[in-house]
Amino acid sequence: MPLKPQKRTGLVFFPAFDWAISPCHPEREERLLYTQDQVFEEGLLDFDNIREYKPGIATAEDINRAHICVPDAGSVVTESHLISAGGAITAAEKVLSGEVDNAFALVRPPGHHAMLVVHGARGFCNVNIEAIMIEYIRHHYGPKRIAVVDTDCHHGDGTQDIYWNDPDTLCISIHQDGRTLYPGTGFRDEFGGPNALGATVNIPLPPQTSDVGFLMVLDRVILPILDAFKPDLIVNSAGQDNHYTDPITNMRFSAQGYALLNERLAPDICVLEGGYSIEKALPYVNVGIILAMAGLDYSHVREPDYDPLSLRQSPDITRAIEEEARAVMGLWRERHEMKRRVVGANRYMKRKKFIYYDTDGISERQEETVRVCDDCGGLVMIESVADTGNSVFAVILPGRCCPECRNDGELFFERTNRGKHIRVYFQDRERGVFLVK
Amino acid sequence: MILGIDVGGTHTDAVLIDHLRVLKKAKALTNPENLLSSLLEVTTELVDEATIDQLERVVLSTTISTNAIVQHKVDPVGIMAVSGPGLPPALLQIDSNTHILSGYLNHRGIEIATIDQEEASRIASRFRSEGIRNVGIIGKFSTRNPKQELELREIVRKLDHDPLQHVSLGHRMSGRLNFPRRIATAYLNEAIFRPYQRFVTQVLRFVHTRKITIPIYILKADGGTFDIAQSVEYPVQTILSGPAASIMGILATTGCGSDAIALDIGGTTTDIALFAAGVPLFEAFGVTIEGHRTLIRGLRTKSIGVGGDSVVRVREGRIFIGPEREGVAAACGGPFPTPTDAMIVLGMTVIGDAEKAAASLTPIAAALNCPVVEAARAIFDETCRKIAGHVRAVLDETNNRPVYTIHEMLEGKKLNPRTLYVVGGPAGPLAPELGRLLDCEAHIPIHAEVANAIGAALARTTAEMTLLADTERRTLTIAEEGFQTPIPPDFTMEDAIRIGREKLREKVLGMGAVEVEPEIEVVEAQEFNMVRDYHTSGKNIRVKVQVKPGCIADLRRGDVLCR
Ligand SMILES: [Zn+2]
Ligand SMILES: [Zn+2]
Repeated sequence: MPLKPQKRTGLVFFPAFDWAISPCHPEREERLLYTQDQVFEEGLLDFDNIREYKPGIATAEDINRAHICVPDAGSVVTESHLISAGGAITAAEKVLSGEVDNAFALVRPPGHHAMLVVHGARGFCNVNIEAIMIEYIRHHYGPKRIAVVDTDCHHGDGTQDIYWNDPDTLCISIHQDGRTLYPGTGFRDEFGGPNALGATVNIPLPPQTSDVGFLMVLDRVILPILDAFKPDLIVNSAGQDNHYTDPITNMRFSAQGYALLNERLAPDICVLEGGYSIEKALPYVNVGIILAMAGLDYSHVREPDYDPLSLRQSPDITRAIEEEARAVMGLWRERHEMKRRVVGANRYMKRKKFIYYDTDGISERQEETVRVCDDCGGLVMIESVADTGNSVFAVILPGRCCPECRNDGELFFERTNRGKHIRVYFQDRERGVFLVK
Repeated sequence: MILGIDVGGTHTDAVLIDHLRVLKKAKALTNPENLLSSLLEVTTELVDEATIDQLERVVLSTTISTNAIVQHKVDPVGIMAVSGPGLPPALLQIDSNTHILSGYLNHRGIEIATIDQEEASRIASRFRSEGIRNVGIIGKFSTRNPKQELELREIVRKLDHDPLQHVSLGHRMSGRLNFPRRIATAYLNEAIFRPYQRFVTQVLRFVHTRKITIPIYILKADGGTFDIAQSVEYPVQTILSGPAASIMGILATTGCGSDAIALDIGGTTTDIALFAAGVPLFEAFGVTIEGHRTLIRGLRTKSIGVGGDSVVRVREGRIFIGPEREGVAAACGGPFPTPTDAMIVLGMTVIGDAEKAAASLTPIAAALNCPVVEAARAIFDETCRKIAGHVRAVLDETNNRPVYTIHEMLEGKKLNPRTLYVVGGPAGPLAPELGRLLDCEAHIPIHAEVANAIGAALARTTAEMTLLADTERRTLTIAEEGFQTPIPPDFTMEDAIRIGREKLREKVLGMGAVEVEPEIEVVEAQEFNMVRDYHTSGKNIRVKVQVKPGCIADLRRGDVLCR
C-alpha cells in the first residue's frame, strides 16, 4: 500500500462530561464517552502529527458577529455553548496560524440548526458554532471564501439561514430527505438568496443510502462545485448520524465511508455536529476521521458488527441518487442566468419564514428583506416575532458590503425606532460592528 | 534510622538519616559487573555493627533498568497482541517478534471475536523454538476485561513448562487506556526482567551479608517506593527513577509546599521539573524511554540541551549554546568554550585553569567584536535566557493541558510558581539570574550532591488504582489488580470510591507503606447514565484513587532536613 503524505492534525476534544439537555436526551454527558475511550485506547494522541489542544471560550462579541440573539447572547447560551464554539475557533486558529494542516473540533453541544435570529434552542442547538467560527476567521484573518460541507444526516438549516444571502460562503448540505426527517427542509430548490444563488446547495438523499451513494454525491456534485467555487477554506460540519446504527435516522453510512469521504473532501476544519449512536458508531467513525485527516492508514477501522453486504443500497436508491445529482448540477450550472428570472424588476426581495424551536417549544414568524445588488451580498433586514412576546428588528450588512447597501443600511438603522420591538440590532459583518437600541 | 542509596551509572551514593538529620553521606564508584562490592563499599562508611540494628528502612534508587534499555542490553521478547480493528498492525510492531493475534474486545470489554487457540499455540511454540523465554500478552481494551489475555497465558504455559519462562500481561501494567503504550510497557517489563532480577539478587546478597533484616524498598518512576520483592514482577516501574530521585531529594531538603520550578543543571543537559502546591507533576500519559512511550506513571521532567559544558558558538553575530557537549570545559582541558568557562572568566566560580578559560573565549570575543569579559557576560546571559525560555514553554504547556469538563474548564487552575530550586554543578552562579528572569525567589537546596539518595530515603510508598463499574453488565473491574467482581444494579459512585479506598489501602500496605492510614486521594470520579432506547439502562462509573508522591510521615509537617 502506497504511503500517504502525513498531515499535522489538530484535535480539540471537549466531551463536556458534565453537560446534558436533560438526563435521557441524546445530547447528554455520555455522548462522547466511548469515543474518548477509543481515541485514548488507540493511542491517537501519541502520534507526532496529531496534537491535542484545549478549547478557548467564545465571547458574546464572537456570537454577535454571526447571530442576532434575543434579547442578547448571554440569555441564549450557557458555558457549554461558549466552550463548544470556542473549541471550533481554536481549531480554526491552529489551522490559520499554520501550526497544523487541518483540525477537528470534537466538541459538543452541536450548532448547525441554529439560525441567524436566535430566540431559543432548536434541534439540540442554541448557537451555530461553525458560523461563529467562520465570522471569527473573517474578523481576524480578513475576508475569505469559505465552503461549509454539511455531512450531518439532518439538513444544516441553521447554517443555510445564516449564509442565505452571502455569495462568499458556499453551504452544501447532504442529508436524509426532508420528507422523512427533521427539520423537513433542504430540498434542491433551496438555492440561496437573490444575490447568492448557487451559494446554497442541497442534496437530499433517500433513506437507506449507503457508502456508495454518499461517495457518488461527493464525486458528482460536491467536488465539482468546490472546484468551481475555489474556497480558501473547507469546513466539514461533520455530523455522524448517517451511520447505519444511528437511532434517530435511517441511513447506512459506515466508519470506512466517513473516513474515505474526509480523505477525498480534505477539509481544513471539521466540526462535530450530530451523531447519537454513541457506542456502536461514534468511537469508530471518529477514529476513522482522525486517521484520515492525519493521512494515516484507516483501512483497519471498522465497527464490530460491520457487514458490507447487508448494508448495500438497492438499485432503486442508486438510480434516485444519480437522478438527484444530475438535477442539482443542472440547476447549479444555470445559477448565473437564474438571477434575472428570480429578481425581475424588484429592488428589494422578501421572504417569509415560520421557525419552530422544537427543543424549547418556541414559534417565530420572520420577514426577511434583501436589497437586490450586483456588487455584494446585499443589505438584509429582518423583522421577527416570537410567541414568547419578543419582537425584534435587525439590519445586517454583508461582508464586502458595497457603498450603496452600507448607506441604505445605516440609514434604516438610524430611522428605525424601538416602537413595538424590544430591540433593534445593527450587525455589520464587514467591519465587525454590532449595535443595539 | 534510614539508609538511602542511589545506584547511579557512575557513582553510588548513600546517606544515613536520623530524625530529619543527615548523619553521614558517602560516595563510591559504581562497578556495573559487581554491584555488591559498590554497595558494600559505600555502606561500610555509614553503618557499622552497632547502627545496623537501628536501621528502620533501606531504600534504593537504581538506574539498572534505565541503563539496560538505553544501552540495548535487553532480552528478546515475544509479543502476542490481540488488536481487533483499529490501527494498522504495522504501527503496533515493536520488532519481528511481535505477532498480532485474532480476538477482539470492544470498549465495554465485551468479547466480539474469540481468540484462535491453534494460532496462539503455533506462535507460542515458535517463541520456544527460537529460544524466546520472555513473553508479553497484550489485548486492546484488556483493562476492561482481562479474559483473552488470561486465556492466552494458559495456552503459553501449557506448551512450555520451562521455569525460566516469564510472562507479562498487559492489564496488570496499568489501568489506563492506550493499547500501543500497553504493548510497549509489557515489552519493556519483559525485556529488562532478567537484568533487573540479577540486580535484586545482588541486593539481597548484600542485605544478607550485612545481616539486614528490615524491609528493603526500591524507588519507582513516580517518586514513590515499593517493596523489593514486589519489584521483581514489575521492573518496568523502576525506569527513569533517577530523575524522580532527584526531584524527591529537592522536595525532602526544601519542604516545598507551593508551586515551584526545579532545575537540575548538569554538564550536558538541564532537567526541568514542576511542583503544584508542593506535589511534583506527573507525565500525562506515562513516561517515555528510548522512544518507547509507556503507561508507567512517572514524574514529569523535560530535559533540554543546555548545560555547563555545552559548546558555545557564534553565528552571524549571535551566541548559540549547545545542544552538543564535546567534552569538559576548556578550563579543564576541553576542546571548546563553554558556559562554565564564561563563569570562570566572570569570577563566579573557581574551577580548572582560568587562563585556558579566557583563551577559549578569545575567538568568541573577536567574532562579537568586544572584550573577553563582555563576551563572557553575553554567554552567561544567553545561557540563562535560554534555560528560562524553556522553563516558560514547559509552564505554558502544563497550563494549556486539555480538560474534559466544563467545571474543570471554568475552574482553570494555573501554575504560578514564585519559587525556584536549582541543583547541579553551575547552580550557584546561575540561580540568581534565573530567579530574576523567571520572577522567582531562587534557592539552592542543601546536600545537593546526594539529593538522589536523600530523595530515595524519604520517599513514601505510592500507588494508583483505576476502577470501572458498569452496572448494566453488573461488573466492577480493577484491571491492574486483576480484580473483577459482580455488583448489584444499584451500585453507586460512593460505593466505588469506598471500595477504591479500601483496595488501595490494602495495596500500599502490601507494598510496604509505613503509614497505617495512607493519605488516599480521589483523583477522578465520574458517573454516566447509560441511556438505551430513551431509558436509563445502567451507570458507567469511573473512579481513580491514588497515594501521591511525597515524603514519609516525619516530613509531612513541612519540616525540612537540616545539616
Ligand atoms: Zn443531525
Ligand atoms: Zn450591495
